[in-house]
Amino acid sequence: MTLASHFSYWVTVLLLMVGLFIVMARENLIKKLIGLGIFQTAVYLLYIAPGKLIGGVAPIVGGQFAVYSNPLPHVLILTAIVVGVATLALGLALVVRIKEAYGSIDEDEILLMDARDDTSPEPEAKDG
Amino acid sequence: MLTQHFPALLVVVPLMAAPLIVFARRSLASWLIALLATAITFGIAASLLAQTLSEGTLVYAMGSWEAPLGIEYRIDAAGAFVAVIVAAMGLIVMPYSRVGIAAEVRSEEHYLYYALMMLCLAGLLGILVTGDAFNVFVFLEVSSLATYVLIAMGRDRRALVAAYQYLLMGTIGATLYVVGVGLLYLETGTLNLADMATRLVDVGDSRGVLAALAFITVGISLKIALFPLHLWLPNAYAYAPSPVSAFLAATATKVSIYVLMRYFFTIFGATEVFDARATGAILLGLSLAAMFIPAVVAIFQHDMKRLLAYSSVSQIGYITLGISLDSVEGLMASAMHLFNHALTKGGLFLVLGGVVLRCGGAGFDRLAGLGHTMPVAAFAMVVGGLSLIGVPGTAGFISKWYLVSAAMHEGQWWLVGAVLASSLLAVIYVWRFVEVAYFRAPPADHPAPGEAPLSMQLPALAMIAACVYFGIDATWSSEVSMRVAEVLMYNPGVGQ
Repeated sequence: MTLASHFSYWVTVLLLMVGLFIVMARENLIKKLIGLGIFQTAVYLLYIAPGKLIGGVAPIVGGQFAVYSNPLPHVLILTAIVVGVATLALGLALVVRIKEAYGSIDEDEILLMDARDDTSPEPEAKDG
Repeated sequence: MLTQHFPALLVVVPLMAAPLIVFARRSLASWLIALLATAITFGIAASLLAQTLSEGTLVYAMGSWEAPLGIEYRIDAAGAFVAVIVAAMGLIVMPYSRVGIAAEVRSEEHYLYYALMMLCLAGLLGILVTGDAFNVFVFLEVSSLATYVLIAMGRDRRALVAAYQYLLMGTIGATLYVVGVGLLYLETGTLNLADMATRLVDVGDSRGVLAALAFITVGISLKIALFPLHLWLPNAYAYAPSPVSAFLAATATKVSIYVLMRYFFTIFGATEVFDARATGAILLGLSLAAMFIPAVVAIFQHDMKRLLAYSSVSQIGYITLGISLDSVEGLMASAMHLFNHALTKGGLFLVLGGVVLRCGGAGFDRLAGLGHTMPVAAFAMVVGGLSLIGVPGTAGFISKWYLVSAAMHEGQWWLVGAVLASSLLAVIYVWRFVEVAYFRAPPADHPAPGEAPLSMQLPALAMIAACVYFGIDATWSSEVSMRVAEVLMYNPGVGQ
């Protein structure tokens, strides 16, 4: 087990950690979503990389082909990409609504405003 | 025969109802479609439970593609039991929603609310019925995405932040789960859960399997809101529209608990999870922490919805405590508390929804004197609260009783004390409500509100009545829970 033979796994782990760190450490809601995107993308690599054989072709049954790559991970990840896009789109839509309601996309500022709401009796309705 | 397609229809009916509702657009029409779809779904779920109890596991090859090439749906008594809880909750929340969301969701968004409820229902039921590990992820995300939007529909702007935070935490949880499934796929070469269980036996001791267990456990625990991964839950439940809070409290975390049980006992096997590692001890520790710390936090809340949300985190601790005992008795207590707590918390949130409609909020300042202004609702809340505490004669007592006897069966006598002490904390937070509702004068500016509309009152009271019914006659719930525990414990999921 060397660094080279498990290269794709090292990259996967690195991307997972980078993504998770951004989600936790950034205050900007958009940057958090970028981190979440990187975190999800790392998983795509985890699935796709082991499915590929060097010299492998698409699974076509025929005499001239001997080594096939596994197509299933690709299909799975296609689904995961769709899920990822939907999550990101929804996340961004929520950030737009948060910006409209709070006038800020900084988590600290928003939590501060919420803390102020909690002490004052009548919170503002978000639709005005 | 139509019945043989029931496992697929359980998901297809609500899934197809969602686009129909979007086409219908009109509030009344979309409500009728949703009501019809949930009624059919509940019928299917109930018939599946009856079938699985008498015939064992049902297997359905999607599109007639046999497993392991095709995706198969596989449902046994355990899945069907949780499916009945979810479908029943859907059926109860639907008639309630017509009036329940009128004050909390803008009228032009009503059809979207019903469509999202249908998607959420389809996702949750899909998790229960599918026999494919990756499919679980897809359905988990279908239900979660719908849930995020439903929470964001709440009236308060804090609902948006709560939904955003849940989106981050939920996505991290689901992604960790997919990493675990990917590792299992690398080890076994299959995604079919039953197939995976058989092949894992041959894989033996491998670091990949261990990592997969860790990823799946942590990922699903995030969705369960197992302490200390519960931070998304209180705000999500507190700011979501009332029917959504009730539906989620009774179903979403319960389905995730089912997934965890499935992986622990059916896929990895109890020997791999509990005997070879300290999983049991870790889960026991977290469950105990969940039983105490959020219960203490609940005592200091000033808003009834938040109080109930923290109480949910605390009650989830009892369910995972039963799992951590690694015995049929423990699992049975877990399954039973899953059912009883769904009844209790679902009922409480439904009653509270009516109160919020009349009083304009769930803060204790708004609820003061509720015992005089809304006597029926206040009384129902107290009965539900007694079930949270576990007073004899309520559903909560039965499951705590089984939990305590399961602990004694394992020789863990000190757990009896822990369950009792945690119940005392529940007494304190329920008393907070009693004190506010019965011993404080209504606020001076309060127009005497009167009871909630009948369409909200009836479903809510039905749930609270069920709490009492299953607390007095627990024959059905205990028998089915026992079957669920046996299926999870002894049936390795391999075809029958």
